[in-house]
This record gives sequence, C-alpha cells and structure tokens, in this order.
Amino acid sequence: MDSATSDRPAVRSHLGSQASNGLKIVIVGGFGVGKTTMVRSVSDIRPLNTEEIMTRAGQEVDDLTGVTGKTSTTVAFDFGRISLNEKTVLYLFGAPGQERFWFLWDRLFSGTLGAVVLVDTRRLQDSWYAIDRLEHHGTPFVVARNDFGGPAHTHEQIRDALDLPADVPMIDCDARSRASSKSVLIELVTHLYRLSTAREGARAGAPGAVG
Amino acid sequence: MSRRGRDEDPDRLYTLTRGRSRASATFDLVTLVVSESEPVPGMQSEHRRILRLCRYPTAVVELAADLGLPVTIVRIMLSDLLDQGLISARHPRTSAGRADGLPDSQLLEQVLVGLRNL
Repeated sequence: MDSATSDRPAVRSHLGSQASNGLKIVIVGGFGVGKTTMVRSVSDIRPLNTEEIMTRAGQEVDDLTGVTGKTSTTVAFDFGRISLNEKTVLYLFGAPGQERFWFLWDRLFSGTLGAVVLVDTRRLQDSWYAIDRLEHHGTPFVVARNDFGGPAHTHEQIRDALDLPADVPMIDCDARSRASSKSVLIELVTHLYRLSTAREGARAGAPGAVG
Repeated sequence: MSRRGRDEDPDRLYTLTRGRSRASATFDLVTLVVSESEPVPGMQSEHRRILRLCRYPTAVVELAADLGLPVTIVRIMLSDLLDQGLISARHPRTSAGRADGLPDSQLLEQVLVGLRNL
C-alpha cells in the first residue's frame, strides 16, 4: 500500500453505530490497470487487503474440507469503503482480471450492485474475459477507460474491440483522481437506476417504460 | 501483518474453527457484524478480538483483513459467535425480493445522493 501519499489516518475510523446495510461494487480489470488506485482515490479508508480460500475447481468456499489437500488456493484482493449515509456503506472491491480468477469474481459478484470494468486501451484484450463473465452473470456494468496517455481511440473503436452492447455506458477517467473516480461510480449507479426503474415501470405497466 | 492461512499449517486453521469446516450461517463479505457481549476470560483469543473489533459495525471482509485470516475462516468463527448470541449480523439489503436481482431504485437513489455528496 502506498500510504505515504495518503492523508488518511493510520488508525481506521469505525462506522457509525447505525450502519446497517453494506453494499458492494466490484472494479475489475487486467493487471496494472489501476483498480487499487481507483479504490484508493475514493475510499474513506486506506485500501485493505484480504484473501479468500478457493478450491481449484472453483467450488463453494464456505467449506474447509478441501483446505488440507492440494486442491485449494488463496486469492488476495483489495477493498475500500465509502460511508454514504448513517445507515448505508459502500464497499469497493478490486478484483484481478485474469481468467484464472473467475471463481473469485463469481464469489464477489454475488449480490453486488454492479461492476466497473477498468480498461487500458493498450491492452483491451485483458478485459474480454471479465466482460464475458459479467454478461454471463447478468451483472450490470460500465466501462471506464483509464487514461494512460496512449494513442487516442474513439469510443466507437473501443466498443468494437470489446464487442460492447450499445446500452453499456463508457466513460473516460483518471483513476488517480478522486473526482474522476467518483464520476465513474456515479455513471455506474445512474445506469443501474435507469435499469431498475425501467423494470419497475414495465412491471407496473407505466407508459414510457418500455424499451 | 502476518498473512495467516496461506503458508500456515491447515491444522492451525482447524483449531481456530474448533474443527468445524463449514459455517452454519451465511455471511456476505459485507454483512456488518456487531458485538452483543464483551470478551470474557477463557474465550479463544480470535473470538475476543472479533468482539473487540465489532463494538461498532464491522464488515466480514474488514474483520478478515484485521485478523489476517482468510474470509472463509472468519465466516466459520462468526457463525460460532452468532450461535452463542455473542454477536448480531446485519445482512445486506439490496433488492427487496425482486426476481430480476436488480437493486431497488429507492436504494440506488440514496447511493447516488451519497456519492454526489462525497
């Protein structure tokens, strides 16, 4: 952890006693694309690191039976926290994007609000598998292009390369910037809100909600 | 912080969980845990630490980071503590039972307000 640049205190602040609803957003992307940087830039606390035991087969992990054998492995991931109001706390998880970690995402994605796919246009192929997996799970997501100063690509070009459906929002960002990372999260939650109200409207038979 | 779990003798993990290999209750990564009791002498040291850490609501994943233990192990210890009535668990509420799994729009509105106020 790069704590030298952090203005946050070494001792982590605790949540208020009324905190009762923990929410999750997952930030997924290839190695070195800036996931932890983004978590750090918006988190109330310094990013923490923890690990989960996974069986190699990607099975459920509430079971220690496999731990004694050679069938298990541990996967580390970073996370941060944002208190949204006195009751609601948002946790941001940075998940490694490599294909071999798919079982970790399946775990993390369960119950998550949505996901940010952070991409580096020099290595777009690093995002293919994560996007496949999100679509497979039906987890809503937005794509955020972290600006590494590489050659300029249009959003159209990136959409083509990622084979991205037209209704998936895309945004440019600088993961080091708090304001920019905040905009990415707002973009994602706005997208979720549109999806959620459209479905609610469709269920209620409200006019204009179709589409 | 030591990274227990990765290189540790699995027997040690079994000791921590008192031989249990499975959590009896479901804890999400972001379930918020609150102590209902102060630690008492004779309690397993990790259990005492959990009770101290959870004087204020603390997510399962934060406990795992603080204890330097894999989430799986922490879940098993938490379900022991829950069974004994020593902690309570505040589980995430996102969809209000919606079949499509999408979060409730009222909740999302609150999230948006919170994010804009950052």
